[in-house]
Amino acid sequence: MSTTIELESVVIKFAGDSGDGMQLAGTLFTDTTANSGNEIATFPDFPSEIRAPQGTVAGVSGFQVHFGKSGVHSPGDAPDVLVAMNPAALKSNLHNLKTACTIILDADTFSKKDCEKAGFLANPLEDTSLTDYKIIAAPITSLTKTNLNDLGLDNKAMDRCKNMFALGIVYWLFNQPLEQTIDFYKKKFAKQPVLVEANIRTLQAGVNYGETMQSHTSSFTILPADKLPGIYRNMTGNQATAWGFLAAAKKINRSLFLGTYPITPATDILHELTKHKWAGVKIFQAEDEIAGICSAIGASFAGDVAITTTSGPGMALKTEAIGLAIMTELPLVIVNVQRGGPSTGLPTKTEQSDLFQAIYGRNGESPLVVIAASTPANCFDWAYEATRIAIEHVTPVILLSESYIANGAEPWRIKKMDELPEINVSEVGEQADWKPYKRDEKSLARKWVSPGLKGFEHRVGGLEKEDGSGNVSYTPQNHERMTLLRKNKIERVADFIPLQRYKGKTAKKLLVVGWGGQFGILFGAVSEMQSEGKDIGFTHFNYIHPLPKNTAEIFEKFEKIVVCELNNGQFADYLRAQLPQFDYLQYNKMQGLPFTIKELKENFNQLLD
Amino acid sequence: MENSTLQCGLTAKDFVSNQQVKWCPGCGDYAVLNAVQKALAELNIKKENAVFVSGIGCSSRFPYYMSTYGFHTIHGRASAVATGVKIANPGLSVWIVSGDGDSLAIGGNHFIHVIRRNLNMNLILFNNEIYGLTKGQYSPTSKRGVITKSSPHGTIENPFIPGELAIGAGSNFYARVPDTNVKLMTQVMIAAEKHNGLSLVEILQNCVIFNDDVHEAITGKESKADNQLILEHGKPMLFGKELKKGIRLKGLSLEVVTIGENGVTENDILIHDVHSENSTLHYMLVRMKLPEFPVAVGVIRDVKGPVYEESLYDQIEQEKLTSKFKSLDDLFVSGNTFRIK
Repeated sequence: MSTTIELESVVIKFAGDSGDGMQLAGTLFTDTTANSGNEIATFPDFPSEIRAPQGTVAGVSGFQVHFGKSGVHSPGDAPDVLVAMNPAALKSNLHNLKTACTIILDADTFSKKDCEKAGFLANPLEDTSLTDYKIIAAPITSLTKTNLNDLGLDNKAMDRCKNMFALGIVYWLFNQPLEQTIDFYKKKFAKQPVLVEANIRTLQAGVNYGETMQSHTSSFTILPADKLPGIYRNMTGNQATAWGFLAAAKKINRSLFLGTYPITPATDILHELTKHKWAGVKIFQAEDEIAGICSAIGASFAGDVAITTTSGPGMALKTEAIGLAIMTELPLVIVNVQRGGPSTGLPTKTEQSDLFQAIYGRNGESPLVVIAASTPANCFDWAYEATRIAIEHVTPVILLSESYIANGAEPWRIKKMDELPEINVSEVGEQADWKPYKRDEKSLARKWVSPGLKGFEHRVGGLEKEDGSGNVSYTPQNHERMTLLRKNKIERVADFIPLQRYKGKTAKKLLVVGWGGQFGILFGAVSEMQSEGKDIGFTHFNYIHPLPKNTAEIFEKFEKIVVCELNNGQFADYLRAQLPQFDYLQYNKMQGLPFTIKELKENFNQLLD
Repeated sequence: MENSTLQCGLTAKDFVSNQQVKWCPGCGDYAVLNAVQKALAELNIKKENAVFVSGIGCSSRFPYYMSTYGFHTIHGRASAVATGVKIANPGLSVWIVSGDGDSLAIGGNHFIHVIRRNLNMNLILFNNEIYGLTKGQYSPTSKRGVITKSSPHGTIENPFIPGELAIGAGSNFYARVPDTNVKLMTQVMIAAEKHNGLSLVEILQNCVIFNDDVHEAITGKESKADNQLILEHGKPMLFGKELKKGIRLKGLSLEVVTIGENGVTENDILIHDVHSENSTLHYMLVRMKLPEFPVAVGVIRDVKGPVYEESLYDQIEQEKLTSKFKSLDDLFVSGNTFRIK
């Protein structure tokens, strides 16, 4: 008799060789569970090599999904269910499993040779190393082949269906419907019906295997989530970023221009935007990172909503051109989807270590606006907000994302264009009152005037500008005045952004400070501790430079402040410079991995003792 | 031309900005500025529709001296910035102003790619074979062995021949002109603007301070007739004071011959065809050098090819016609969505 258990939320990890289709299986599962009304959060974790040696730990590709009724603020710490398509996938996850984790294995792959290749001394199915776990050791490879042997497919094509057998077992385990996955294959292989048949048949075989062979294992039901009413869709951070830019350009009825060069993990923004030429997007895949940003600067000068997208090494190459955008005071959004550094670093792993680079990393006194997205779905809002600030304040803006939220997915409550805030393009008035560097009294922004407009012909460039006229000037006092004007212009952005908010109005003892893409995990950890009655508060920064004006008022309310970030303390150092009256404790992690709720709670509890 | 000048009502002087020109007295750049201002007036281009984009170097101060829109960018990147300007607004007349250091050293990558992509822009390459603004180091076009501040023992590098590099990168329009011939320069600038695609104009420009007379053998009063081959489409390749010398094809090479000697007649002389798709002869003309050959000047190559921004806008228009989405709201609700009540 099989039993059904109701759960609040579950973490599943799909792991296999990078050619085993684990990212696809994970994505299909995510779409199905989201459609069933669950909260979800995902985290793909793949090697930087496209095809690392088969069967080795280095070649393991993973996709973690956390779904459930509530408490899904992050992709979760450790899996409740692991799908391991070979010994290496098992080996690379064995150190991070919940006790009583259910492990679904392809038993056919556990030969002595393959176990040794993965680094096991002996076959783990034959000794006691898995006794703490519930094992479903299904002969996935052989059952898949037996099931398909009448379709005339070659071995390779049959092997490619194995991921559906595993997914079928998972669907059975969580009582999930198959329709969406079946529809996916019908569309994907519309011209190759034999592949539709092969995948669907294998998926069904996986479900049947679960029902018939695993009658002693419990299956689970996840209750639907309590969320704001509305229509939702799944979005990755990179997709949401792309859509945010589309929306911002549309809002002011100008064309969106993307000048970019492919780089992990930012390239999916390029891929997404190239699909939307129908919306008038102009995509320029440049010869290098420098040409990517320079073309965007040129497009901005000529009146397009211009953006460039990259990751840390590309940011380094764009540095000089960012200075040009600061000097010429043109609207521009530079997206840095951060990865582990320095140098080539960890291209596919997450980190928040480009914060100093964003705030300070240029020659000369060169301030600009820095903001950070904090969840996959809100990348939409922050891309939109970055564009609003760039246009209204006529300045370059750096938008920081990070691999973790860029590749992660969660439901996005679909917005309507009408709901989005206005973006005001400051029009030039009479020619007689205008000068290229004449400024708005409140914001200190100059006007954004583009070629084609008669009577406003002017020259901009990287040489120091004379205040007002914008002519080249080497006068000592003018340079100092312009340096301070550029600084004040950025600081005054704080007059035009919302105040910082925090969670835990009655808390006094410990304030957890975070920024950027670790929001979900920090929020989850603090929420759990607050429900346990702990004296702890939480504030999370999206506006990095300038800081919201009430930041000090929040910090004052707490005895201790701990700044948590995936680097060696860059935001903490920045806060020490901005608000030196406070002491800042740090919690840092530099493993190319996101925080876990468990480690955060341990640290916060120590600080509360 | 005369009529169109009247229509627009602008003269060369109208393109002069209010900024003081700060090039050294006697610099070849003045002549180029002059020729460009004349060409714009003749082309009937409105001030507000012209954009001059430059990199870094002496010649890159050019935009400040034009009364049009201008952008003095960073070293080597003018082509990349100009590419963004042109894509954003293809209606603009975009002129890139750059030097041999700017375009062939630090900006070499952008130089070959802007030619390869073929946007409808003009690139004026001021080639004085020296770094002037940093006071006299050798450049990628300096001849091998030349003594400069950074090569006191002579350079040990082979120079680029800009036209050779350009044709290798797929150039559809290449012209070469000495800074001493404002009339030819103006004609070449007009031809460059009229060509639909990336037009590269190499100026053999003299730096009076750090590399004076570098092009003297080509441009000198006494020597120029024998040392310049001024090319005109459809005309025989004749040169010399009496136009008795000419270029003949011999096997797979060119040779200099004299009409009336060894039975050579004008019928033996090659006729210049700027529109020849096959770039082989253009390539040989570009490579001709003293003392064996005269240096070819004028428009060497002018052929049609797909223009980047036209293809880009065609794709956008096509997608607008065929996309199932008519608004972003359509996009947002497309695909897999789910309702939570």
